[in-house]
Amino acid sequence: MKFFRRLHSLWSLLPVAFFLVIWEISARTLVSNQALFPPFSSVMGEFFILVKNGVLLENLGRSLLRVLVGFLAGSLAGLTVGILFGTKKFLYRSFHPIFSLLYPVPVLGWIPVFMLWFGIGEMLPIALLFVCAFFPIYYNTETGIRSVNREFVHAARTLGAGDFQILTTVLLPLALPNIFTGLRLESGMAWRTTMAAEMIAIPTGIGALLMKAENLIRMDIVIVCLIVLSIMGFAFERFFLYLEKKTIGKWA
Amino acid sequence: MPKVTLKGISNYILKDLSLEVHDGEFLVLLGPNGAGKSTLLNAIAGLTGYRGAILFDDKPVDALPASKRRIGYLFQHLALFPHMDVKGNIGYGLRVRGEKNPAQIEGRIDELMTMMQIGHLAARYPKNLSGGEKQRVALARVLAASPDVLLMDEPLSSLDLRAAKRLRLEIRHIQRSLGITAIYVTHNFAEATEMADRIAVIEQGRLMQIGSPAELLFDRHDDHAGGFIGRPNIFTCGSYQVIENGLAAAECGRMKIIVPHDGKPVERIAIAPEHVYVSTEEPLGPHVNRFDGTIREMRRGEACVRASIEVCGQLLEAELAPEIADMMNLSEGSRVHIILKLRWLQPLESKGAGNDHL
Repeated sequence: MKFFRRLHSLWSLLPVAFFLVIWEISARTLVSNQALFPPFSSVMGEFFILVKNGVLLENLGRSLLRVLVGFLAGSLAGLTVGILFGTKKFLYRSFHPIFSLLYPVPVLGWIPVFMLWFGIGEMLPIALLFVCAFFPIYYNTETGIRSVNREFVHAARTLGAGDFQILTTVLLPLALPNIFTGLRLESGMAWRTTMAAEMIAIPTGIGALLMKAENLIRMDIVIVCLIVLSIMGFAFERFFLYLEKKTIGKWA
Repeated sequence: MPKVTLKGISNYILKDLSLEVHDGEFLVLLGPNGAGKSTLLNAIAGLTGYRGAILFDDKPVDALPASKRRIGYLFQHLALFPHMDVKGNIGYGLRVRGEKNPAQIEGRIDELMTMMQIGHLAARYPKNLSGGEKQRVALARVLAASPDVLLMDEPLSSLDLRAAKRLRLEIRHIQRSLGITAIYVTHNFAEATEMADRIAVIEQGRLMQIGSPAELLFDRHDDHAGGFIGRPNIFTCGSYQVIENGLAAAECGRMKIIVPHDGKPVERIAIAPEHVYVSTEEPLGPHVNRFDGTIREMRRGEACVRASIEVCGQLLEAELAPEIADMMNLSEGSRVHIILKLRWLQPLESKGAGNDHL
């Protein structure tokens, strides 16, 4: 069984390998200007150079820090407000309409606002990531809590649980599937948002490196940046998927 | 265990409802959907607002929140926490009520799992339990914290006939052995008569009648109560013969009726009009409890059509949905086939008058 499972996972890598081979061959045989369409081997060569001289890791570190701080702050705030609005009808009725109006504004639409408020600096991507994470996590938490079957709450209450115990032992655990969906989807979005902010306004990070490479017509570095972005978004999503399986996989 | 007294309970459904449940009694609230039975349970539990007074052993509990009333509530859909395994579910009440000693919690959980015969399910999650297992776990959970009053809201409605019957007996046995005061909601007349010390018939938020199952069947003095319990058809049996598989064949006039048999004498058989199956077509399936009859009278109500059907010289009441009666084009004089479904036949041993519809 284990052998077949391994074979299956290797089989799923086959299309990727096929794509890379086609890329390599076509770049070497069909394209006259390899600076605009470098073969995969050149991209990987540049990747190792950027790793070796520390440029890639330094920029990745900066982007990662921004994502972690902004995403974490936005998620925590979204979770807190989601819990409050999910449990207190008065708060929900009073403030939910405001959030409903702000939620559809695209994250990148906030760039001019935050540039004027915070200037060009570390606060800009962090504020953008905060907004990027806050609204979806808030919505998922609030919806998750409100959609918990009232019979569970009544059961907990008649078994002797108080409000706080009901929140921590019933509402939040049962809202976890919704919350994880929000976290998983937004973790990928967080990388895209950081990238956009760095490309437009910040001189450091993977997005900035990508813009510099574009100015120097270094397509190999541009592709390295895109691959790193893709891997980071994928890794974040898988991390939350793993966390989800670990925490709610047994019962959800 | 306390007696439960309700004084003038009113809210958006209930209308000035008063009754007393005796210490250790098993009271069944019987009534149609929307009558206010579950709302009354919720009021007793403190889960819904009401005017009036609820007293446990003459002490008002109106000011107490649900978490402090010391009641056990078995919900219709059981409400087992899906994120906790069986042990977690059973121990929940003990933990939230502040029991700190893990050994004591474990001991109580083990005791209840043994009593409910669910020890082998300890580590399972509710999604991996069968319907009957879920019922047992839910019952163990409400009993774990030793409640003073046990409330049950149609907890067996999702089970098959045999499993429901077995659990009914177990619930009754446990309730008796613990001496716990219990209030059980159902709209199933047969279930009510099988379990209850007394039955309270509730309709449109009002208490229509209260009494023992026999009193309700034979001494119906309230038209409304009779209306709901359907003025059950009651057949007097001349003799009966035990056959295999827990069944008996009873001779009731010219009718031979197969009924569930639990060892007690079968002297009368009751079946509610809504459980009498009527068809103009020859029904499919085994020829058990099937009879031919003629409609003698039809009365059309708002929600149902009542038909008096002459079967083997006896008059039988049947209740049909108006659209079904129209579809079959039923009228007085129509020849029909009827089936008395085994599931709904209730053998009785009390003595009394003959078939009320004769």
